[in-house]
Amino acid sequence: MRSLWRTAVDLLDTRTLRDIGLVCVADALVGASFGAIAVSGGLPPWLPVVLSVAVFAGGAQFAAVGAVLAGGGAAAGVLAGLVLNARLLPFGFAVADALGSGPWRRLVGAHLVTDESVAFTVRQGDPHRRRAAFWACGASLFVCWNLAVVAGALLGGLVHDTDAFGLDAAFPAVLLALVVPTLRHGDARSAAVLGAVVAVVASPWLPPGVPVLVALGALVLTLRPREKATA
Amino acid sequence: MSVGAILVLAVGTYGFRVVGPLLRGRLRLPDRLDRLLGDAAVVLLVALVATSALTDGPHLAGVARPAGVLVALALVLRRAPFPVVVVAAAASTALLRLLGVP
Repeated sequence: MRSLWRTAVDLLDTRTLRDIGLVCVADALVGASFGAIAVSGGLPPWLPVVLSVAVFAGGAQFAAVGAVLAGGGAAAGVLAGLVLNARLLPFGFAVADALGSGPWRRLVGAHLVTDESVAFTVRQGDPHRRRAAFWACGASLFVCWNLAVVAGALLGGLVHDTDAFGLDAAFPAVLLALVVPTLRHGDARSAAVLGAVVAVVASPWLPPGVPVLVALGALVLTLRPREKATA
Repeated sequence: MSVGAILVLAVGTYGFRVVGPLLRGRLRLPDRLDRLLGDAAVVLLVALVATSALTDGPHLAGVARPAGVLVALALVLRRAPFPVVVVAAAASTALLRLLGVP
């Protein structure tokens, strides 16, 4: 763990480390609110903590607890969470190289695949820096997020309404800032824009988590020009 | 919510995460597929930005949040530093809500 962190510090510039730190702070506030909301809804304090360590996916955690608190039952919550997390499958393929070699790195690293760690990884081009960015972001987020959930579950409503701080806008802003600079070649850019439009238009009709998967259909735009070039 | 339910969600989520890393350790993918997987991550991330900025489940997200993300986009295109982008997005949205904008 310590050696991983030192590798990360050596390979990543201070700006990237600072950016990861900022995302940790923002996510910690959301994590604390998750713990507080779960406990104030009547769930025992251990539940959000165990859920958070074991699942480590904010959206699915909120969906699962939300469904239970709304009286929808655990099965509905689990299903909603799983559908939301289906995107982690393509993410796992995309950052697999950044986890490093060896079965343990793959098995442990897989648990750290999140929207944020993927976004920090795709921003890096060099394989060593990809790995450093993935582990630095994934491991720091895991620690900050779970400590914050514990704090929220124990201390209660310190951070209750994160919307009042605009944190719901911070999440898309984080991903936007990380991903826009990678949209250099034209076909990936058009695919991303088309995918975004498709996902938003599909949102009223599909359960949360499915619209972003439908957006993957826009990848045909990245295939077409290369097929033309080889024809 | 029982321990069993947490376990199902945890195992299922880990299953999604681990398939790619395990498979890619075993086989070398052709460059084209490799590039496609990279593009897939970017398309997913941008779709996540759009849905989390504009929608709340099946509904539209109101005005304050999309406005904050729009501020973020403008700053990103001007190559503003990352902390400026994130803090400005959150602050704009928070300020609009303080003023009573939904």
